[in-house]
Amino acid sequence: MKRTPRLWTLFALPGTTWLVALFAIPFYAVACVAFGTIDPIFRDAVPQWNPLSWDFTQASQTLASLTSGPLRGVAIRTVVYVFCAMVISFTIGFPIAYFLARHSGKRKLLFLALIIVPFWVNYLMRMLAWVNLLSSDGLFTRFMRLFGVNYNWLDGSPITVVLGLVYGYVPFLILPLYATLERLDWRLIDAARDLGANSRQAFRLVTMPMSKAGLVAAGILIALPMFGDYYTNDLLSRSPSTEMLGNQIDFFLNGSSQPQNGALLVIVLSIFLLALMSFYLRSTRQQARQTTR
Amino acid sequence: MISKIRRKKTSALVYVIWGYIIWSLVPVIIAVIYSFNDGRSRTVWQGFSLRWWWQDPNASVFHSSEMRNAIINSLVLAVATLLVVTPLGVALAIGAQRISGRGTNVVQGLTSAPLITPEIVVGAALLITFTRLFTAVPLGFTAQLLGNVTFSLSSVVVIVRARLVSIGSSFEEAARDLGATRWQALRFVLLPMLWPSVMASLVVVFATVIDDFIITSFLSAGVSSETVPLRIYSSVRGGATPALNALATLLVLTSFTVLILGLFGLSTWRKRNGERGGMRAALADVTQMNS
Repeated sequence: MKRTPRLWTLFALPGTTWLVALFAIPFYAVACVAFGTIDPIFRDAVPQWNPLSWDFTQASQTLASLTSGPLRGVAIRTVVYVFCAMVISFTIGFPIAYFLARHSGKRKLLFLALIIVPFWVNYLMRMLAWVNLLSSDGLFTRFMRLFGVNYNWLDGSPITVVLGLVYGYVPFLILPLYATLERLDWRLIDAARDLGANSRQAFRLVTMPMSKAGLVAAGILIALPMFGDYYTNDLLSRSPSTEMLGNQIDFFLNGSSQPQNGALLVIVLSIFLLALMSFYLRSTRQQARQTTR
Repeated sequence: MISKIRRKKTSALVYVIWGYIIWSLVPVIIAVIYSFNDGRSRTVWQGFSLRWWWQDPNASVFHSSEMRNAIINSLVLAVATLLVVTPLGVALAIGAQRISGRGTNVVQGLTSAPLITPEIVVGAALLITFTRLFTAVPLGFTAQLLGNVTFSLSSVVVIVRARLVSIGSSFEEAARDLGATRWQALRFVLLPMLWPSVMASLVVVFATVIDDFIITSFLSAGVSSETVPLRIYSSVRGGATPALNALATLLVLTSFTVLILGLFGLSTWRKRNGERGGMRAALADVTQMNS
């Protein structure tokens, strides 16, 4: 094999060093704090830099708390909220992406541009917009009162949090979905129709299997940030009754003096998401294979 | 008959898509409108005024010292990140594409991992690192800069690499055959061709950093390093005035200005250099689709 010219190694060196120092090592630092000890006087976390003397007592306590203790509710809530938000996001996002991909009229560029706009509007601005609408004298609340619905939207309502997540992340689902569907070979669907499949059968037997990998990848792409989200919840609810895992991490690291618990939850979240990520990588690779035609 | 069926089907979906567009944009537009409210309320309309934009000597966006401070912090952070991450990312993209041997997998893994790591994990890890390991790095601007560079480096690499792949190696090989050194071929042939991907990276990174909340918030040191998104976050549920809407509007306007400038720059470049695609290709560049 030919040796890499030194020039290219020199090019890759600064960026790689940067990522080792500020991406890889920080993960190690998290583990060292999570499996370190706690200073008996100041109650602060003391990182243990030597992996051979890592202490797992706090880790097992946190795990126990997650599976059967006080954090169990938070863990279950996180999964349930994200699951509901994903289902709604797909229900909204798929028809839109499908339409955009199949549509080829003169309005296509306009539709695409309008769909991309929320992508570029700051997330907090979009949440701010809903906080205004949903507050007790907000336009939406007043509108709903006309129908006799008198609901306190911004005070620990799971509905608001889930819909907030949907509103926040659905633009990030539509674009990759659209990219997947656009790459499909629609002639195959026409062929299925010619061979006697009705539109539902063609959809189920041809469109779905061909786009499955892309759908999974797009879904995971928004599931990852949703699992770590805490600010949607903070802005739209602020109540302990809707807290998710991200809120706990934020609390332990920023709002309290128990960084060790925060570090442990970061590790738990990372391991959980690592499974999702490897699934994502597998589906994108599968998708790349399918679309090379 | 077939065309009739098709038409009926699309017309139903057209309503869905308009419904979605209205749902996704109207709340934001209402928030923008309320920044011109004459009263203190962000929810009850009391007439039009520029009070919260300009007229109020203390509380309007352009006069409130906290808000001005946040705007300046946001812009400084975004520009500083661009200055660091662009050269770093372009070099890494070129290097990562061309090295072979033992280190390759490590480099590939390191450059793609931040793309799919949730921000809260990166933010939390960097917070722990800067408070316990690299304690020479103070929280605040420096830490925020390092954090944002780390998080956006990979997107620069992705954009530039896509361009490298589409350019191919033939131009550089031709230059080499004509007697250029490896460095000359890179400097005078490849780099000028990379320009659209550099421009797309500038737009994407600027928008990412100016909108960033999680990393910037984890690594902030209080009011002195408060950016616009942090300001919105901390005051949205309090009794903030419509000046907050004005501040958020300003943030959105800034990213759209940069986006539009970038799109025009990109499509002009393509036209001048005889590349096809125009606006749609430019849009694909900055949304990282079809890459």
